Amino acid sequence: MPVPFVTRGFQGKPRATGDAARRVPLSQYLTTDFPVLSAGPTPTTNLRLWSFTIEGLVREKISWSWTEFQKLPAQDFVVDISCVTKWTKLDTHWRGVSVDTLLEHVDLEPRGAFATAYCDGGYTTNIRLPDLVNGQAFVASQYEGAPLEAEHGGPARLVVPHLYFWKSAKWVRGLHITEKETPGFWESLGYHIRGDPWKEERYSGD
Amino acid sequence: MEESAIDERTLDANAVAGMLEEIFGTDMTVADSKCAGCGREAEMGTLLAYTSAPGVVLRCPVCNTVMVRMVATPRGTLVEARGLAYVRLTR
Amino acid sequence: MAITSAATHGKRSATAATDERRILDWQIATIAAIHTETPRVRTFTLRLPDWTTHRPGQHYDIRLTAADGYSVQRSYSIASAPEREGEIDLTVERVADGEVSPFLHDVAVVGDQIEVRGPIGGYFVWHSALEGPLLLIAGGSGIVPLMAMIRHRAAATRRPATRLLYSSRTLDDIIYADELRGLAARDDGLEVVHTLTRSQPAGWTGYGRRIDDQMLSDVRRPLGDAPRVFICGPTPLVEGAANGLVRIGVPAERIRTERFGPSGK
Repeated sequence: MPVPFVTRGFQGKPRATGDAARRVPLSQYLTTDFPVLSAGPTPTTNLRLWSFTIEGLVREKISWSWTEFQKLPAQDFVVDISCVTKWTKLDTHWRGVSVDTLLEHVDLEPRGAFATAYCDGGYTTNIRLPDLVNGQAFVASQYEGAPLEAEHGGPARLVVPHLYFWKSAKWVRGLHITEKETPGFWESLGYHIRGDPWKEERYSGD
Repeated sequence: MEESAIDERTLDANAVAGMLEEIFGTDMTVADSKCAGCGREAEMGTLLAYTSAPGVVLRCPVCNTVMVRMVATPRGTLVEARGLAYVRLTR
Repeated sequence: MAITSAATHGKRSATAATDERRILDWQIATIAAIHTETPRVRTFTLRLPDWTTHRPGQHYDIRLTAADGYSVQRSYSIASAPEREGEIDLTVERVADGEVSPFLHDVAVVGDQIEVRGPIGGYFVWHSALEGPLLLIAGGSGIVPLMAMIRHRAAATRRPATRLLYSSRTLDDIIYADELRGLAARDDGLEVVHTLTRSQPAGWTGYGRRIDDQMLSDVRRPLGDAPRVFICGPTPLVEGAANGLVRIGVPAERIRTERFGPSGK
């Protein structure tokens, strides 16, 4: 295996030090930016037509319109987020509805073990139900005190901060509960089925 | 496609021509392709490219169908091209 | 979709820029010169141990690697004409939150070695064996691949009627301003039309607004119904110009586009 050529004077990205370092998963670097990553054009969503749905292995499917969704109890969340492209951002502020709150409105069938989050623009990602409950996930419509911008997933996105950020699906429109895990957009092409940054589960087979 | 959807981060396949040549062994930007979604036939150099994602996505500029996805991993590059009805390679 | 592929091995041939197969390899180039074009734009002359002729419009990939293995790659269009052998010019705009351009501008010096591979990309190319007339439309650093075409044209025996419509923010942002003025003054069928979109100097007689259908219509009129068109620059400008040309009747199949990412602001 040839030794890679090292470019004189190129430092790459700074690594976290001190207290921050403990909060940054393996091989990640710290950023204060909020990079925009997208697999396609930013959808333009008409709020009058927006809905969030939980369906699949539930006794009865439920849908909230935007107005109804805004009436659900919301919370402020401060979380660290890590993208598989190696940046980590600490102390991001969101406001949204906990997935626990949303699941209170449905009766999950016992066979239901996984969820596929589906979105405007066609993106999907799969998440195990245990990763979505107990305060670990929320549907956010505000970021840093302002309505979530379209390029960052507005009007609403899923946020699952303990997994790599590709699981935090932008432009989310619902959760489909299933018995078997169905790999989503990136999981079906080489990315890890679960994506835990603390175990560095970036690619399938990691 | 709505004008608002085309933002400055959207590129075209010319931006990933090197990666495509590495994978396919030849310059793909001049390769004729057909979209499996809408049937549009054109050189791959006209496909829109989204490169700021965890992988590269090439889309049809008319119907937005995902035509090619590429993910570089430590164990090789995965390529999925179900959205390509065909690609014509000439040598 | 089915592909068949035959591997070829062996050294890059001198005609690699044509349809012949070649292996796209990284090589280590040396920075031979750095020239400041505008406050945010510099040209890097790279001497290549494995230079092969390119076609105007092609690009090279640059790869930077840090000691810890972190590596990043970007593409830069070749600014120089293929007539200049052994080295290439890459003109690079410094993008504030970029990864490669700030390194090139702020850290790299003459004598440094940089990993490159190329030339790459056969779609967005023009060479003098292709007929014109030519309509070239550039936004900001999108002028770079078009300048390779213009420089190649100047060295060629066949020079089709050519018009360059070049959109810049201010007078100071115009890259290759003097050279373009000099080439246009040769009176050999090249005309350069500028538009300055943010501010214009006193006495400015050129356009002073974003490219629109009226401007496109005026600029292309002398070139006839179906010029060969190359548009390069930020995506919104490229999309706007391409759509505008189609609206005023230029056949879509005559238009080739190359989109550059967000520019420095």
